[in-house]
This record gives sequence, structure tokens and C-alpha cells, in this order.
Amino acid sequence: MTPHKLLARVRESRLFWPLTALAVILLFDAIFEPGFFKIGIIDDPVYGPHLYGNLIDVLNNGAPLMLVSIGMTLVIATGGVDLSVGAVIAISAAMGAVLINPALGDRLITNDILTADTTNTPLPLIILADLAAGTLCGLWNGFLVSRARIQPMVATLILMVAGRGIAQLITNGQIMTIYYTPYFWFGNGFILGLPVSIYIVAGVALLAWLLVRKTALGLFIESTGVNARAAYYAGLDERNIKLLAYTFCGFTGAIAGLILSSYVHSSDANNIGANYELDAILAVVMGGTLMSGGRFSIVASIIGAIVIWAFTITMYTFGVPADALTAAKAVLVLLVILLYSEFSQRLLGRWGLRKGQRHDPAH
Amino acid sequence: MPIAKHFAQVSLVLALLPVAAGCAPASPATQPTTAPAADAKKTYADMTLCYPQLGAESDWRTANTASIKETAETLGIKQLVFSDAQQKQENQIAAVRACIQQGVSVIALPPVVEDGWDAVLTEAKNAGIPVIIVDRSVSSDPSLYASHIGSDMVLEGQKAAAEMNKLLPEGGAILELSGTTGSGAAVGRAEGFRADLNANITILDSQTGNFTRAEAKPVMEAFLKKYEGQFQGIFVHNDDMAIGAIEAIKAAGIQPGELKIVSVDGTRGGFQAMADGWIQADVECNPLLGPQVFEMALKLMNGEPIEKSVLTNETVYYPDDALELLPTRKY
Repeated sequence: MTPHKLLARVRESRLFWPLTALAVILLFDAIFEPGFFKIGIIDDPVYGPHLYGNLIDVLNNGAPLMLVSIGMTLVIATGGVDLSVGAVIAISAAMGAVLINPALGDRLITNDILTADTTNTPLPLIILADLAAGTLCGLWNGFLVSRARIQPMVATLILMVAGRGIAQLITNGQIMTIYYTPYFWFGNGFILGLPVSIYIVAGVALLAWLLVRKTALGLFIESTGVNARAAYYAGLDERNIKLLAYTFCGFTGAIAGLILSSYVHSSDANNIGANYELDAILAVVMGGTLMSGGRFSIVASIIGAIVIWAFTITMYTFGVPADALTAAKAVLVLLVILLYSEFSQRLLGRWGLRKGQRHDPAH
Repeated sequence: MPIAKHFAQVSLVLALLPVAAGCAPASPATQPTTAPAADAKKTYADMTLCYPQLGAESDWRTANTASIKETAETLGIKQLVFSDAQQKQENQIAAVRACIQQGVSVIALPPVVEDGWDAVLTEAKNAGIPVIIVDRSVSSDPSLYASHIGSDMVLEGQKAAAEMNKLLPEGGAILELSGTTGSGAAVGRAEGFRADLNANITILDSQTGNFTRAEAKPVMEAFLKKYEGQFQGIFVHNDDMAIGAIEAIKAAGIQPGELKIVSVDGTRGGFQAMADGWIQADVECNPLLGPQVFEMALKLMNGEPIEKSVLTNETVYYPDDALELLPTRKY
């Protein structure tokens, strides 16, 4: 087998496992719930005609997770991890809600100002503030990791714990309901029949892809992840690479917060984006990026996020209660991780070798 | 300036509150002191009340928190020990323990779930601190707590069933979005609803939305695809989940009124949804329990007799009243 062929095979296998997992879930649906794939067209009075079905829900509900998975991929590729994305989501959502209507959420007020379809801040400013808040959180993480030299898990744990507290301070510890209709577009709107959120994912993914694949940045990130010291001796400023990765992760968390709060029309500092850091790590790991850093694939991580949501919606369709869902999810993760394990890779490798020998008698 | 306006309104509300709350406490001065012992009659100024709030899962809870905090402020109690358990029982138990250590006068506990309170309630009893169970119920032995102030969840379920029976006289199939699994509210509402629902209405499926919008919405989305055209109504255990579900229903291209929705709470958001024609009946569950809680706490401190169970007076709201009452909703 020539090195080129080998490389091609490995590159294929990048997307192979997450796609296999997705195919298995969809096959399961096809057998037990054929209606799962039904896609219709609904003419929405606000957003116009759009596609409607479980698969569209998978994309729309999965969009925030896909976004944070993109950011998480870069962080994990540098050999780190970001546990604070869920908290960043909460901060971003809280910013949005407060800027729309700063009425005190923890007071009993008898008037209709709270349900009015108005905003105190123009929408572009709200978006900017959301993104700025999240990016700042990412910058903070990046600073702790790259400059203060705190271990990534510990450094981001700080914001993971404090972040929801900060979000609660912003919203006065209460759920803030949003009644400003233009804000709903991000999580509920449609462009050309597809959810707006999916275009946002595509845009961010494209941006990330251009950054890491059309410049040397991807290579820098990988070398930082493989061996930060070697990268440093090779003349790379690995500190700035890490800073950039964490900042970008915060940025994706901020967009996810915007979409999520728009999707449910509220900001709930305790629950919004709960466990997203863990789901994002799962998505990245399912996408074949190693927790120890190094080579990564943004597309594979996005597919990993889709797998998680295809699974979630399948479970909802089959009536598995939300409480039991996490246990079911654990089984899925276990299976995928087992596939990546050295044990099964060896099994598969042996199988592939035999096959290779059969097809390539020259060896 | 909008912000200035808000503050003006808030302070106005605050200024009016003492008047409203004034009727609640039995004024200690007028009562004859039967035992002129060394212990003088305790007043609100001596009260340290512990309120380990279960979380902030809905607008209802927001109002409940606000009611407790504002009443404490108005009555001028010594200290309100308030905490937020983020919907986790272990956090609540830890908060209660901390309050016992601190030696508060009274603990008012809104339990997140029904079971598992025996140990910590026994600890409180041994420490001589009376516990008032607020809002949701507990399954523990009644001797472990002083009293329960709150709503009759089973009755709320029954009222909801009566509304659903009226809305679907011909019978039909409905779905249920239930509250946090194991919570007194979810258990009681489901039980009462099933007890009084007409035999010709079947519950196709029931799933928890954990009382939050974020969880109710995807559940409803999956329901809509699975049971497309097979159901005529939905019973939702609280308004926040109803609002989440309505978002999913809107996206499915369904018009207001096509599905009969019965919800529980009567929050501002629920009233808005009624005014818009989505919710057909909303069973009230009053969160403004502050005055009742503090009045009872004072009685407990003075050893006065109290009732073991105090139910709040609640009604059912309909879309016809919604627009008119919406501006008067405090929560």
C-alpha cells in the first residue's frame, strides 16, 4: 500500500465513524419509525414557507451545539479543553435579554411593559454585545491558559462555575422572558426554507475552515497540541495560538447563546446551555479528535454534534423521558468511543491488513 | 427615560406594599398576652427566616421569590436567609442544614421533589426549628413539619380535567407535558387530571418538560411529528412549558384554537398566550405566598396554634378575561 493510499484511507476514516454512527441512528429510525423522515412544507405567517420535519429539527436544535463544537475542536486540538462554554452561553443569553428589557425581573410589577414587543437597545447592538461578552470570556480563558499557565481544565472550570453566577447577576437571578419578535429570528427563522441557525453554523464553519486550512494556522494549532515545547523551539508562539483558540471558542459560545435564547424566547441563567460543554466535548471526540490534542477535523466534530441531536430527537420520538436520556446518551458515547479504542482499532487493523494482503499480493 | 420609569413604577409598587401586606399579620400589640413571662412576645424584628428556594425554573417561581423577598423587606424582619438550589434536591438539603446550623427561627421550604426529606426534617425538628412546607408537598410524616402552605395540586389537575372535558365534549385524544418527574406538582396534577378526565378522552402520550421552556419545546416538536393530526388537545403542567410548546406548534403551521390547550399557573406569559388565543383555560396557582408564610412563621415563633394545611384560594382563567386582566398581573 503506497503512503498516499494510506493517507487517503486515514483521511476517509476521519468522517467515517461519526457518519457510521449517524447512519445507524437513522437506520434505526427508518425501521421503527418510518414517519421520522417525513419532510413537509409549512407556510409560516412570519417566516414564509419552509421545510418542516424531524430532520430539520435535528439541524435547528443541533445548531448551537455544532457552533460550540467548532470552537471546542480548536481548543482540544491545542491539547486543552474548555469547560466553560455552557456558562458562556448563559452569559451571552443574559446579555441579550437584559439589553432588550432591563425591567427588574425579581420585582412584582403590574404593567404590560414586560410583555411589550419592544427593545431598549437596537438589535445590531444587542448582537454585538452578546458576541463581545462571549469573546471576552474566551479571551479570559485563553489568558489564564496561555499566560498564567494554568491547566486548561482548571482555568476553564473557574468560568464554568462563575459564569452562571455572572449570568444570574446580569438577570437578577431570574428567568427573563423575551417578547421582542425580531430577536426570535435567529432560533426560529428560515432562509430559503432552511433554518437561519444552520446558515450561521455554515458561516462560522467556513470562517474556521478558511482560517485553519487556507493559512498555516491549522498546522500551528496541531503542532501546539502535539508538543507545545517543540512548537515553541520551532519558532511558533504557542501562547498566542492557544489564546486565539480559546477566544474563538468563547465567540462560538456567544453565538450559541444568542440562538438558544432566541429559540426559547427567554434567558434562564441556570438551565440554558446546561451540559453543552460536555456535549461539545463528546461531539469533538466522536469526530475523532484526540483529547490529547493534535490533528483535528471541524467537519467531523459538526457531524458528531448532529449525531448527538439526531439521537436526542429519536429518543424524544420514541418517548424516552428527558431524565433517562442522559443514560441512553452514555450508551451511544460508549459505543462510539469503543470504536475508537486501541482494542477495536487493532481488530479492525488486522481485518484491514488481511484484506489488504488479499488485494495486494505484492506484499 | 425608560429605566427611570421602571424605577418609578417599582418604587410605587413598593410604597403600596405595606398597605397590601398590612392585613396579613395578626398585629401582636392588640393580642392579650396570656403568659407574662420573661419571654416577651416576639415580633417580625426578631425573625430570621430561611427560604431555600428550589430554583428559578419559571415565571411562577420568579414571582414566588419576589413575593418572599418583598414581604420580608416590608415587614422588616431581622434576616431573610435566601438561597437558590438550582432545582437540585441535594442543594436544598444542604441549604436547610446550613440554616439549622445557623439557628434560624423558622425554615420555609418549597421542596423540589416529594420524597427524601425525612432525614433533614428530623434534624430540624431535633434542633427545635419549625419547618413550613411551601407550595409543593412532601411525602414525609406530617409530624416532621409544622404546616403546609400551598396549592392543592390534585385539585388543580381536577380543574384542568374539567376544562378539558368542556373543551372536548365529543371526546378525543390529547397529549400531556408534565412537570419535573417526582415533584409534588407533577404527581398531583397528573393524578387529579386522570381522575376527572372523561372516559372518551384518551391521553396518547405524556412526557416531562421539567417545567422549563427549553425542555418542553423539543419534546413538543417531536410529539407534533409523531402524532401529526392524531390529537385535539394538550394538558400542560405549567405556563412556561405551554409557551415553549406553543412556539413548536406555531412552527408546525397550526392556528390558535385548533388545538385545545389547558395549562396551570396563570402567569403573565400564560395570560398573553390566552389573549393570543393559544391557551383555552389556565388554572391559577398563586405564587404570592409571602404574606401567608411570614404570618405563620411569626405564629410559630410565639407558639400560637396554626393549621396543619393552608390552601390558597385559586380560580380558573379564560381567554375572555385575559386581555382585561393582563395589565394587572403581577407575575
